[in-house]
Amino acid sequence: MIDLLIEMFSFSFLVRTVIVGTLVSLCAALLGVSLVLKRYSMIGDGLSHVGFGTLAVATALNLAPLTVSIPIVVLAAFLLLRISENSKIKGDAAIALISTSSLAIGTVIISMTTGMNTDVCNYMFGSILAVSRDDMWLSIALAVVVLALFVLFYNKIFAITFDETFTRATGVKSRTYNMLIAFLTAITIVLGMRMMGALLISSLIIFPALTSMRLCKRFKSVTICAAVISVICFFVGVTVSFMYPTPTGASVVLVNLSAFLIFWAISLVMPFIKRGVRA
Amino acid sequence: MALINCKDVSFAYEGNPVVSGLNFTVNEGDYLCIVGENGSGKSTLIKGLLNLKQPMSGEIIMGNGLLANEIGYLPQQTAVQRDFPASAYEIVLSGRLSQRGIRPFYSKADKASAKENMEMLDIQNLSKRCYRELSGGQQQRVLLARALCATQKLLLLDEPVAGLDPIVTQDLYKQIYRINKESGITIIMVSHDIHSAVKYASHILHLKNEQVFFGETEGYVKSGAGVGFLGSEDNK
Repeated sequence: MIDLLIEMFSFSFLVRTVIVGTLVSLCAALLGVSLVLKRYSMIGDGLSHVGFGTLAVATALNLAPLTVSIPIVVLAAFLLLRISENSKIKGDAAIALISTSSLAIGTVIISMTTGMNTDVCNYMFGSILAVSRDDMWLSIALAVVVLALFVLFYNKIFAITFDETFTRATGVKSRTYNMLIAFLTAITIVLGMRMMGALLISSLIIFPALTSMRLCKRFKSVTICAAVISVICFFVGVTVSFMYPTPTGASVVLVNLSAFLIFWAISLVMPFIKRGVRA
Repeated sequence: MALINCKDVSFAYEGNPVVSGLNFTVNEGDYLCIVGENGSGKSTLIKGLLNLKQPMSGEIIMGNGLLANEIGYLPQQTAVQRDFPASAYEIVLSGRLSQRGIRPFYSKADKASAKENMEMLDIQNLSKRCYRELSGGQQQRVLLARALCATQKLLLLDEPVAGLDPIVTQDLYKQIYRINKESGITIIMVSHDIHSAVKYASHILHLKNEQVFFGETEGYVKSGAGVGFLGSEDNK
């Protein structure tokens, strides 16, 4: 086991992937709890598709991917938030429109410039080689900002997630905090997108939250548990993809799925065990 | 000076007036029940009082230095909440948020206030329990404790007994009555239950897309609107 880890970390690109991936998993899990509970999971999915479009544009124009993606995806996040706040049913459809359109734009641009090649596959499903040295430092800086803001505004995020009307009625500017959550989500998605792939990144947001909700009953424990699950699953996923040549993003998602199934099974068995202990 | 003074207020959704001609005052220590049929503008008025909705015309004057972050509110429950993984204590404590301003973490005083309000409503034994596993009545008490954490002066309740069984309903009414009498907190409640409204409230505001009646409860029972509404409920 230790030999395996030593071998893994002798590749500098893998060290970068693990550092960035761990931070992104952590941020995604924390934000995910709030997004899932607010029924905003679709926003995460929509944003990753917008991110795919911006990656294609950046590649075509020969610009740095992160610097193009971040502002556009942040704008898209505010737009999606506004849409889902206004009306629930139409909001769902509008998000689907935006995400498929971005996907189509991205695909057309790629096929017109570089042609449909392995790049497209990498954008869609992620590549372990995608993290450059500059990316790593930018990712670390942004992830630290996301974590700091989350901790600082934890109580407000809880209150708004639980009951936005009450929070707004008692004089807290809930819209500002909603935008903060959308902003942090956008950044997290852009950071993780190239490693996990545009089609798979939203799983990092949704899975850990759902998994920890099977067993945890307090908001604080749900949040902490989601963060821990997310980081462990990412690490296991990367290790698996190193041992057997499986794609990183997909491996991480499958490990997350296994964790979810295990937690779900435990939550089903739990009442019987408790009853047994009492009897 | 009155706590709340409504002067010829009306509310509209997208230009269509929902309720108009509202003229009433609420004084400190009052217990006002807002009654009326579905769609008569009760919840809209509550939103207006909470400053979540701007009146189309007229003005709402808050007196005695009443600030927006000093109003406690018990909203109707949403689907998201019924299935929410949070402990009762976390939820009650979040009522103190409005008084924190931009300071990020709760102080000892906030935690003490949360405990105190839970003890007052006799739910301290639920504090570690998960909200989604509580009964409807218990959930309502948790939300009431949260609203009390947010206010010393005024409590707005939007159909607090909706979906509760008769015994729990009566308990909750008594609890609210006690809060009004013992803590001197002004109560404004939207209610469908006209008989309990008449039993506990000091004032009644009857809406039917306009103000049908406003005054003391005794006057309402004898008034045309009151007799009609109470009678129609009896004949059901």
